[in-house]
Amino acid sequence: MKILVSLAAVGVLFLVGLLGGTGTVPEAIFGVILPYAAVAVLLGGLAYRVLSWANAPVPFRITTTCGQEKSLPWIKQAKLDNPSSAAGVVGRMLLEVLCFRSLLRDVKARLLEGGKLVYGTSLWLWLGALAFHWSMLVILLRHLRLFTSPAPSWVGFLAKMDGFLDAGVPVFYITSVVFLAALAYLLLRRLLDPQVRYISLAEDYFLLFLLLGIGLSGFCLRHVAKTDVAAITELAAGLAQFRPALPASVAPLFFGHLFLVCVLAAYLPFSKVVHLAGVFLSPTRNLANNNRMARHVNPWDYPVKTHSYEAYENEWREKMKAAGVPVDKE
Amino acid sequence: MAKPDEVAYYQREDLLKVDHHPPTTEWMETPVNFRPGSYIYPGKPKNLKILDLPNPREWAVADDDWKLPDNWREIIFEGMAERLKKYSSFRVFMDTCVRCGACADKCHFFIGGGDPKNMPVLRAELLRSVYRKDFTALGKVLGKLAGARELTVDVIKEWFYYFYQCTECRRCSVFCPLGIDTAEITMFARELLGLLGLYINWAIEPVANCYRFGNHLAIPPHGLVDTLDFMVDDIEEATGIKLEVPYNKKGAEVLFIPPSGDYVAAPGIYTCMGYMLMFHELGLDYTFSTYASEGGNFGLFTSHEMIKRLNAKIYAEAKRLGVRWILGGECGHMWRVLHQYMDTVNGPADFLEVPKSPITGTVFENARSSKVVHIMEFFADLIRHGKLKLDPSRNDHIRVTFHDSCNPARAMGILEEPRYVIRSVCNHFFEMPENTIREQTFCCGGGAGLGTDENMEMRLRGGLPRGNAVRYVQEKYGVNQLAAMCAIDRATLITVCDYWAPGVQVTGITELVANATVFRGEKKRTHNLRLEPIPGMEADEEGEENAHHE
Repeated sequence: MKILVSLAAVGVLFLVGLLGGTGTVPEAIFGVILPYAAVAVLLGGLAYRVLSWANAPVPFRITTTCGQEKSLPWIKQAKLDNPSSAAGVVGRMLLEVLCFRSLLRDVKARLLEGGKLVYGTSLWLWLGALAFHWSMLVILLRHLRLFTSPAPSWVGFLAKMDGFLDAGVPVFYITSVVFLAALAYLLLRRLLDPQVRYISLAEDYFLLFLLLGIGLSGFCLRHVAKTDVAAITELAAGLAQFRPALPASVAPLFFGHLFLVCVLAAYLPFSKVVHLAGVFLSPTRNLANNNRMARHVNPWDYPVKTHSYEAYENEWREKMKAAGVPVDKE
Repeated sequence: MAKPDEVAYYQREDLLKVDHHPPTTEWMETPVNFRPGSYIYPGKPKNLKILDLPNPREWAVADDDWKLPDNWREIIFEGMAERLKKYSSFRVFMDTCVRCGACADKCHFFIGGGDPKNMPVLRAELLRSVYRKDFTALGKVLGKLAGARELTVDVIKEWFYYFYQCTECRRCSVFCPLGIDTAEITMFARELLGLLGLYINWAIEPVANCYRFGNHLAIPPHGLVDTLDFMVDDIEEATGIKLEVPYNKKGAEVLFIPPSGDYVAAPGIYTCMGYMLMFHELGLDYTFSTYASEGGNFGLFTSHEMIKRLNAKIYAEAKRLGVRWILGGECGHMWRVLHQYMDTVNGPADFLEVPKSPITGTVFENARSSKVVHIMEFFADLIRHGKLKLDPSRNDHIRVTFHDSCNPARAMGILEEPRYVIRSVCNHFFEMPENTIREQTFCCGGGAGLGTDENMEMRLRGGLPRGNAVRYVQEKYGVNQLAAMCAIDRATLITVCDYWAPGVQVTGITELVANATVFRGEKKRTHNLRLEPIPGMEADEEGEENAHHE
């Protein structure tokens, strides 16, 4: 049910986008107004999200330590998995964000017949997630050449590296395939792993279908329909320079692709995709484990009711004296 | 006929029939099954009253009516709103989960029980679903489709069941790519439940005791003196050394804070005897406090405010007695509080000095702000400097493994110090498999207030991964003792080992240290601190070399 609703939603959205390209509605709506609106929602929404996290205080330093602490000088500290300095934290965060350090630890637990528990290294999720995120980043950067003319040289270099197989016309990009394959893996995993399927919400499927829709339509635009790139560049560059122009010869498929991208951008701040910013604010990872070295201040700390020594001694004084425990008041 | 709170009630074959496949009904439609043996009795009103907590009353988990306040929904919503404002962690952890499922099989309760709501991600969703409904735009509009649901009494009951089936061990947070910490989520959920007067007695009674007596076990000052006096007698019997125990001694250099579990129950008492013997041998100018007689802090399992209320006595007593620094004994969650919370909630400890070992001169720079040193840091430094005369062969009958306790491992990272100490005092040390130790260590199954007999089924299930790893080294290396520097471990792992790896005993590390130390003025050591004969060192008639060392 969740799955079908999500798939149908993406399908309908795609059709709406196609419709935008067939001339039944003014193309300016799908080509200009919606992209601007989507980017505005994306930036505004994401800023709101990040500020709402950043404005909430961090009352306690609750680092999750994944290695040896800094203690005696002759004991080797795990400086990245249990950092005690700002540099260590930066290193830990870079490993987390760029290499998915924590996922790399993944092990699968299995209970065998006879009650033996075994743990097996499981790198598939790490590999799939890494392939998906990195290829998406490369694809996003490659798209920059549509917005700027001439494109920055590093974008050209990136595209060249990505297309080093040098097969097909136009050149086939590796990330196009990796992106779709990784998404397919993530989707299959969600569908076939009974535990992951059980925890999945409609949102999880919707995002996967949405990304698959974007990826597939993009793939078709490049390799199947072979759209007029010049026209799209004109549109994109116009948008980027706030001088929107609508070229005549853009295929409806492109509007389907663009509309799904707009939906993703506008939906992002309200979805789990905010983890792209949230990971930086995760207090178990972005704080140094230097709790005993430097005091962490809780900005909203307040006095609490405690049981004072005086009250304690008042209750037990005679017994304490009889037992030979020193007291403050005889 | 055994009852659900007795180990004998559970057949190993039955417990091992774990089905990790989720049920056919969706989790929101799957009601809680309050099965005896899998939940904990409610907090008694007298304990809530001692602590001025809301809604003290008699109630039972099996009752339909939990006697919630009339405006219970508002209380929860206001409580959530307040915490979302005060804790960045709460907001971030509610918003960023991508449900990748990496955490699913990292929880000992899920591994040993198979209940999908013990997958950390679903445990968090229990709370997140309510958050979505009332604090997010999409949840308000799309409802269930966005993973949102109404807050009902059944949801509250579900929270009570599952947030008291989390031991706040933080193992899942090691594996989470977003660093989401279920312990933090459980702490918030328990705080919210507390606003309605929903506590478990196994946590709130120790809290009430700790508040009034200074320790979880309600030992009054004269009771502590009696207790330690007994140990003094046993120490003399085992070693021939008669020692004095300093109480509330003003001007002592060091205030020593153990967990109170070490005062009363075996095997913790042997570690407590070890503390006293070692301090005596070192000539350490230290003192116990009858008022700050406990570093353990079940406030951690109750609310952030309660952490502060119970912890306050430690710095207050250090100040009153005029000590220079604080030494903490072998305890797990106590060390999460001492390490991650104490300086923040009750510091700054500017009236103390940066800890410096009077024996080696080592300055503990890593404790320069909070002024509190872990006893394994202290011992490791002593051994490194050759300040202890050790005869590890006295522990040769012991084949020991080391259980990293959750909080020292994942909220502190004290991994090498205890290993260094154990290797120095035992010739036969064996590690459990690498996925079950260090930062990936498994909980004993009874932490965070869950170590009570009425929760026996969950304790045995939750103890399965640890028990299984112990069994592995038992079969492979003949391991017969498990060392743990945590008072809860020393209480609960006895049950876990007896059940899953029978024949393996539980010990504290200081007990091993004291048994291996050659004390000045000791008599020939024929018995260890448990007053069991030491194999190979039995009293012999020939009167061979007497182990008197001057």
